[in-house]
Amino acid sequence: MPTKTVAGTTVEVNDEGFFTDPSQWTEEMAPELAEAEGIDTLTDPHWTVIRFMRQEFEEKGTGPTVRALGKTSGVTVKELYQLFPKGPAKIAARVAGIPKPRGCI
Amino acid sequence: MTHRIVILGAGTGGTLAANRLRREYSTDEATITVVDQDDVHVYQPGLLFVPFALARPDDIVRPRQDQLHDHIEYIQSPIEAVEPDADRVHLTDGTVLDFDVLVVATGAALLPEETEGLTGPGWGEKVHTFYTLEGATALRDSLAAFDGGRLVINVVDMPIKCPVAPLEFAFLADWFFTDRKMRDSVDITYVTPLDAAFTKPVAAKRLGGMLAERGIDLVTEFNTGEVDGEGGRLVSYDEREVPFDVAVVIPLHGGQPYVGRSPGLGDALDFVPTDPHTLQSQSRPNVFALGDATNVPASKAGSVTHFEGDVLVENVSRFIAGEELDASYDGHANCFIETGFGKAMLIDFNYDTEPLPGHFPSKVGMPLLKESRANHLGKLMFQWFYWHALLPGRDIPGIGPDMPTTGKRSPESESP
Repeated sequence: MPTKTVAGTTVEVNDEGFFTDPSQWTEEMAPELAEAEGIDTLTDPHWTVIRFMRQEFEEKGTGPTVRALGKTSGVTVKELYQLFPKGPAKIAARVAGIPKPRGCI
Repeated sequence: MTHRIVILGAGTGGTLAANRLRREYSTDEATITVVDQDDVHVYQPGLLFVPFALARPDDIVRPRQDQLHDHIEYIQSPIEAVEPDADRVHLTDGTVLDFDVLVVATGAALLPEETEGLTGPGWGEKVHTFYTLEGATALRDSLAAFDGGRLVINVVDMPIKCPVAPLEFAFLADWFFTDRKMRDSVDITYVTPLDAAFTKPVAAKRLGGMLAERGIDLVTEFNTGEVDGEGGRLVSYDEREVPFDVAVVIPLHGGQPYVGRSPGLGDALDFVPTDPHTLQSQSRPNVFALGDATNVPASKAGSVTHFEGDVLVENVSRFIAGEELDASYDGHANCFIETGFGKAMLIDFNYDTEPLPGHFPSKVGMPLLKESRANHLGKLMFQWFYWHALLPGRDIPGIGPDMPTTGKRSPESESP
């Protein structure tokens, strides 16, 4: 199992960079994780999405898809692509320290 | 005591569930009421063939009521909402139905209006879908008149009904224009939000290779934000563009709107959160769901609904008898993939096993993940089984609800 060090703490990730144990994540890690995705500053809307992702994961065991995020997070799909370019669901999941959203079959 | 069973939807799932439950219970033991908003039962796998004039619209439609056995009450009305806590359904015509057990089988709804521009200028003329009878018929006329240019097939987002159908459409388009001796003047492009041609790795590789062999371009990870019919282009949320002369778009899918109006019944997309193994809804113990209406992580496909039917009927009976539910549905799906030139291939998979090569149902049988004439004939023949065996709730010989493992080759044994 690969590991990486975020905000001074060693965490377990899979080969696509998703946390395998979301309980290892803390809010202090988010800015560094975001920077690795090319997001320099985490704004309030970023945090809205990150906290929403965490909450959805805790309730449902998987992160939401982009479409579900757009319907329920209060941030539109268009804005999601501005906040987390190139795949909001995947990138927000990496920053929020949750596994890759299962998506659909 | 007479149990009141109410079934919402008279498509594949609702019809086969009603017919099987009717056999299970005498009319003294249970009343069975089925609700649907119209009387048009479409054999949905046939929609793929309509645009290529391989099936006539009339051939794939029958009245819903005629598919239901005697002593099943049929009510034709849209549904207003379910009140799960009150064990009650409100219909738009004012009827109120009280139930002891509810089966939700209202399928998925197409939501083209949720994509910017999709139903705007050009809709039904150069921007089409074949997921409705009306759309497939309009597309047939458009393809017949097509004199060359860019044909684009676009899946807006998952989940969709029959996830292989858009690929089949691409394969058939390749055949259609080759047959008309104009393939050289048609560019075919397949545009998907997925990172490959299909969701599951082994099949995605095979299907991606088949697109390439046919000279069909593949554009991946394209999340359609806008369909510009006038300008003839798809625009993604990350601002990439794909130009087209004719676009075949598979619109966003959701559950039926009444699910959203029913407190606690649905999720954000109006699908019904359902236990993937027992098919009991997560809202109430006396509410069950099957087919495209659920959120279970299986393909939205008739074969899934068919295989779910066994477990559903068993569990409705067990629930009524106060017994523990049977958690045996394994996510089994089985699809013929039409590949053009009179051939098709077969895939067979479940929650845990992706589509693999080999044979179905055992080592001697139909080839899996491989094109053959036999699979094409199987696909054509299936329509007969649909009306005469599947909907009436009879068993189809050799095709059981559990996925067979014998005959399949795993990736380990496959690769050199």
